[in-house]
Amino acid sequence: MAETHSLQDLQQPTASSKVFVQRDYGSGTISKFHTKFPSELEPRIDKQQFEETIQTLNNLYAEAEKLGGKSYLEGCLACITAYTIFLCMETHYEKVLKKIARYIKDQNEKIYAPRGLLLTDPIERGLRVVEITIFEERSIGSGR
Amino acid sequence: MVARQSGVLPLTLGLILITSGLFFIFDCPFLVKHLTSCIPVIGGFLFVFVVITLLQTSFTDPGILPRATPDEAEDIEKQIDNTGNTSYRPPPRTKEVVINQQVVKLKYCFTCKMFRPPRTSHCSLCDNCVERFDHHCPWVGNCVGKRNYRFFYTFIVSLSFHTAFIFGCVTTHLSLRAQGGKGLVFALQESPGSAVELVICFFSVWSILGLSGFHTYLVASNLTTNEDIKGSWSGKSGEDVTNPYSQRNIFVNCCSVLCGPMPPSLIDRRGFLPADESVQTAGADIELPDLANKSEINVCTQGTKGLLESATLPPLLSTSCPQGKPLTDPTVNFDPSPEISTSCSGARHVHHSRGRASTPRHTKTRSKKNKRAALQMANPSFDVPVSPSSPDAGPSSKARGHKGDSFSHLQ
Repeated sequence: MAETHSLQDLQQPTASSKVFVQRDYGSGTISKFHTKFPSELEPRIDKQQFEETIQTLNNLYAEAEKLGGKSYLEGCLACITAYTIFLCMETHYEKVLKKIARYIKDQNEKIYAPRGLLLTDPIERGLRVVEITIFEERSIGSGR
Repeated sequence: MVARQSGVLPLTLGLILITSGLFFIFDCPFLVKHLTSCIPVIGGFLFVFVVITLLQTSFTDPGILPRATPDEAEDIEKQIDNTGNTSYRPPPRTKEVVINQQVVKLKYCFTCKMFRPPRTSHCSLCDNCVERFDHHCPWVGNCVGKRNYRFFYTFIVSLSFHTAFIFGCVTTHLSLRAQGGKGLVFALQESPGSAVELVICFFSVWSILGLSGFHTYLVASNLTTNEDIKGSWSGKSGEDVTNPYSQRNIFVNCCSVLCGPMPPSLIDRRGFLPADESVQTAGADIELPDLANKSEINVCTQGTKGLLESATLPPLLSTSCPQGKPLTDPTVNFDPSPEISTSCSGARHVHHSRGRASTPRHTKTRSKKNKRAALQMANPSFDVPVSPSSPDAGPSSKARGHKGDSFSHLQ
């Protein structure tokens, strides 16, 4: 039993805390998160690394919400087909969201998990926050 | 699915179907014979377009923001300075942010436990915060917000064309029949359906055309009905305020509102899930029971019923459960069962068994609805009560009175 850890073990409230990076509405309603480094993460991760992660996320969301020729074309095509085209086609936004999910998974595996942190995809939180779970060292390995 | 109160969507659909049906039955044969066979083709195309866009407006998630998770709510509470106010409800909390050199106040939503993003408003009928909230439309039985505004706009524009087209065809039909001194009465007797169509179209074409015109103005200036009514950016208070979201170019505004990228539904991230699965990253609103905490789940079922009307549920038991038992484990959330996401969302993958919209809070909502009728108005140009689902005449006159107060500046 000591070898098998369920995710529940890792999430005992006494063994983890959460930090929330809120949305930055300074540029309007676009999806953007504050790049300010939360103090709770100081002992765990490099400030640069964290800011880079958030900045990349911001750039990816900007790409998803970009207004340009391609998105207009998609919009017009959708309108002409009475939006039924969305039944067969994935929107540009959805494609970028998949990209973001892959990026977060990648970041978690390479950078955050080794430091006992976990990034939650903002889409799972309604694009309100980037939730970072901090796991206390003592809970990992304590099979219950 | 549609909002908790589906309003008069059946009436809207019925009117469109009946009018179009009568058109195809009574007017088309005559007009095809005497004019051109293009008429039913155009009519058919417009009819299909109208119905599709109506259904899309009604069944698409308008941009509902899921409620904050308990941890988030706690985090925000910590950040807000508590002045130790002993009144039942703490003073309204606001946060200011500068967007495009305009100071925008972000309000804290007590129901959703978060600071509302700019242009987001809480719809009391749907009991959800909706992004880029335009208005709650009883005619389509849903809120009109960021995600379904383009469907709504396409619907009303195509409906204007459709109504005008039918009106024109019926007038032509009746005048052709009445030729040769036979008179209008004779024509109406020959084609009684046309009389019905004439009445319906005559009264609706003006309101729908007016509404389309109004919304075209809103689209061109990148405004929402909500902002226009409140006069948020019209500088009424004497300050120099401009709309910070407008791109100052009509064409660009239209494109960004109508043809911009389609944001995903925030409440539909996980679709169907088996009830016994426990996942670490909980979806925005569909949270699952943690089998290790069965007792908490049992405690929650009573609270669950009370939440059935909310499309997005607060995972925190203490806000919903009558017992008010707070959850210790932040990841334990109850699965209110598949019926939960009934109301208010157009989430496509949402679950079956919808009829639970009539939940305990329905009666409470009715009085709230009457009060809020003016705020959640359907269409300013429609001279109908905004809360049509109330059976009694009282609310409708009250609503009209309220409407008069709120919309006086529109007249």
